[in-house]
This record gives sequence, C-alpha cells and structure tokens, in this order.
Amino acid sequence: MQELINRAKELLADGTVVRVLGWRKGDMDYNPEVAYFNSAEELDNFVYDGFCGANLSKYMIEASKLEGKTLVFLKPCDTYSFNQLLCEHRVDRDKAYIIGVGCRGKLDIEKVKAQGISGITAVSGTELDGPDSIKVSTIYGDFDVAYTDAMLERCHVCKGKEHKIYDELIGESKDTHDMDRMAAVAAIEAMSPTEKFAYFQAELSKCIRCNACRNVCPACSCRKCVFDSTKFDSQQKANVDSFEEKMFHIIRAFHVAGRCTDCGECSRVCPQGIPLHLFNRKFIKDIDELYGKYQAGETADQRAPLVNFTFGDAEPSIVNERGSK
Amino acid sequence: MPLNEKTGEFTPKIVAFCCNWCSYAGADLAGSSRLAYPAEVKIIRVPCSCRVNPMFILRAFEKGADGVILCGCHPGDCHYSTGNYYARRRMTLLFSMLDYIGVEKGRTRVEWVSAAEGVKFSTTMNEFAAKIHELGPNVRLEDLRCKN
Repeated sequence: MQELINRAKELLADGTVVRVLGWRKGDMDYNPEVAYFNSAEELDNFVYDGFCGANLSKYMIEASKLEGKTLVFLKPCDTYSFNQLLCEHRVDRDKAYIIGVGCRGKLDIEKVKAQGISGITAVSGTELDGPDSIKVSTIYGDFDVAYTDAMLERCHVCKGKEHKIYDELIGESKDTHDMDRMAAVAAIEAMSPTEKFAYFQAELSKCIRCNACRNVCPACSCRKCVFDSTKFDSQQKANVDSFEEKMFHIIRAFHVAGRCTDCGECSRVCPQGIPLHLFNRKFIKDIDELYGKYQAGETADQRAPLVNFTFGDAEPSIVNERGSK
Repeated sequence: MPLNEKTGEFTPKIVAFCCNWCSYAGADLAGSSRLAYPAEVKIIRVPCSCRVNPMFILRAFEKGADGVILCGCHPGDCHYSTGNYYARRRMTLLFSMLDYIGVEKGRTRVEWVSAAEGVKFSTTMNEFAAKIHELGPNVRLEDLRCKN
C-alpha cells in the first residue's frame, strides 16, 4: 500500500498526473470508499486492502472530461471494464495513467457475517501481502477467518491475474479461480419453469429499486437512462407488484448484454444481496454457446455480439430445444 | 382473465409485431385472399423487426398480453439489409432469458413471413393462437395494476 502512495506522490509531484483516483478509509475497516486525491497530503487517507473491491473504471468516464491526467488504480478484472469503455469511446486513454495493482481476491463482509460473526469493530490482515486468514475483532472477541472463505463470489470465478491494460504494474496478483463460473446458472436452467419462477420471485421481490446496480455498473453508463424516464413503468420507486422488479432486472441485464465483463459489481453493491450477476451471466452463457466464446473487455477493438451477426445464426426457436423441459 | 361474452371461454390477447415491408403486407394478403386467422391477434406495425426493443415485448406482457409474436422479413431479405439479423440475436437472447426466469417458452415466437406468404401468415397465427389457448392466461408476467 505504501508503495502505491509513494508512487502516486511521485507522479503528482512531477506533474504527470493532476489527480489520483483511488480508495480512502471509510468509517469502518470493511467499507473503504472511492475518492479523488488532489494533493500529497490527501493521499495520507489512501487505502488499498482486501475490501477495496470497487471498480474504478466507471469513474474514468467523468475523469476523462476533466483537465489533465488522472492516475487510476485498476485491479486485473477492472481492466476489462476499462477496455470495454475504451472500445465504446466512453473514456479517453490519454487522460488516464493506469497503475495495475495486485489483487489476491477481494473480501465480502457479508460472507464474514454469514459465519455468525456480529458486532464487528475492526478487520485486519486484509492487505495484499497479508496472511492467509484475516483477523476480525468484534465486541464479543476476536475471530480468525480464512481469506478464501470471506472472498466475494466473483473472486471465486476470477477471470485471471493478468492486467489487460496498464502503464505500470505494482504488486503481485493471484489467480483465485476455484469454482465453475456457470455452475449457478446451469443449476437454475435445470429447474422446471415453476421452480425458476419461484426462485426469481423470491430473489427479486427483495429489490428496493435503489438503482445501485445500475449506478455502479461500468457498462451501464448512458447519460440518459431509460429507468429515469417518467414514462417507464418501474421508475424510481419501490415495486408495487411482482412484474416491475422482473422488468427492471431483465432490461438492466439486457442493456449490458454482450458488453458486461462480469466484474460482479452489481451483486457486490446490492444492499439486499440479490445475486444480480446471475442475469448477466445467463446472457454471457447464451452468447458463448450460440455465437462463440466472447469476453467483453479482453481487447479494446472487439465488436460486441449484439451489434454483430452471422448469416448462419441460430433462430430464436432454438430456445424451445435448449430451454426448460 | 378475458372471457368471451358469448361462450364464456378464455380469449387470449395476442400481440403481433409485423414488419411494414413483409409481414404486414403478408397479413394484408391473407386478408385479401380470405384466409382466416384469429381475431385475438392484434397487429402492431413496425418499420423493421429490428425496431422491436426487447422492452416492447415485456411491455406487451405487462399490459396483459398472453402471447407475443414478432414477424419480419426472411433473413437476407430485410428492407434495410441487415435489421432482421440483429433482431434475431436479440430475440434469441430475450426468449432465453424469459425461459430462464420461468415464463412458459411457448408465449413468445419469431416467424419470418414475406409479403407473398399470406398462407404462412394465417397458418402461423392460427398455430400460435392455438398454443396460447393451450397455455392459458399469462399470470406470470402481468402487471396487476392493469387488471380491474
């Protein structure tokens, strides 16, 4: 972490960048927040640990409109989002100085709480070069939790430790992939229509329409959003019936289909813990199976599958054969 | 559930999005050839099958449609060259998603009908309406506020 701060200070001092985009300490150890740092003094609050899951790529859309270069710290999976935004001409490569930071998987405080640990006052040992287990201090005493047990779901299906785009690299990354990415989607696909419906009804009825999933998504960054329209039936308010939530979530996922890099931010920020990535992943799975393997953000010059076609594409009736029995 | 006033039977609402350049003319041909298709099918004319935003389909279901069918030019015959190729990918993914959340997959369909295929238009609509009759009213994707 100190290495990152020192390098950021150097770059600020020699005028390469005029601001730094990173994470700063939050009110608790487990909720650092995204922040701009404009001076060396402000960088004293900079933090980079296991809870810095926030993907900073999206912030570069606005930072690209500012005067001067911005230093941005990107984890391996964030670079996919940056590439995708570059591909869509939403960010300016010349306005970004990218430091690829190391990552050994990011943590989810909910996973810690799920183990019956409550009253958390502090968490330590989450740094990049930290130990294999984190120390959770609570008002009831201290607990040790294995790092991998507290990891976000998305880190268990890690896309790889390689940064796709960067100016320099600091820190060693680790490939934390230890689960099948499509297993959860395949499990739902195997259900009967009634079970599927019941499953999504139960999950989506938790939705409070806070729009956090939309706001955090790097792919979901239209200036004018359909969900802000007063003509749209599930505008800014809690759901009044079971249809609105499904409509919102299908449309949200559809709008990023083929552009979603599966960074998992939607599920990370959901205050209700809805597994939103299951929608995005279903589209990814279908695209991979029907139109060939595609990873959004792999490079900055790809053509997304939904703005592309081949003469021999499958007919929509293929759903009858592939879908539920 | 909409019931027929005379027979008391279920009368579905079926929305058909028809491309102006082919299927809409195909429907005309079916009419002028005196080929019957169910009155339950409500046609909405669109400039191209590609004009159909996936949201239109969800909106139709929300407002109480029991089935939605999209008709466009045969692949390769699009008036705008490539519109239906994009529509094809989009609809495949949307239908797959609807199946994924547990909506009966027979409620959606895409059929390519040219302006010369009045017969195909009528048989497709008859088949589709029969399927919707079989599936019964759509209760999974409707907005309860639209009901009285």
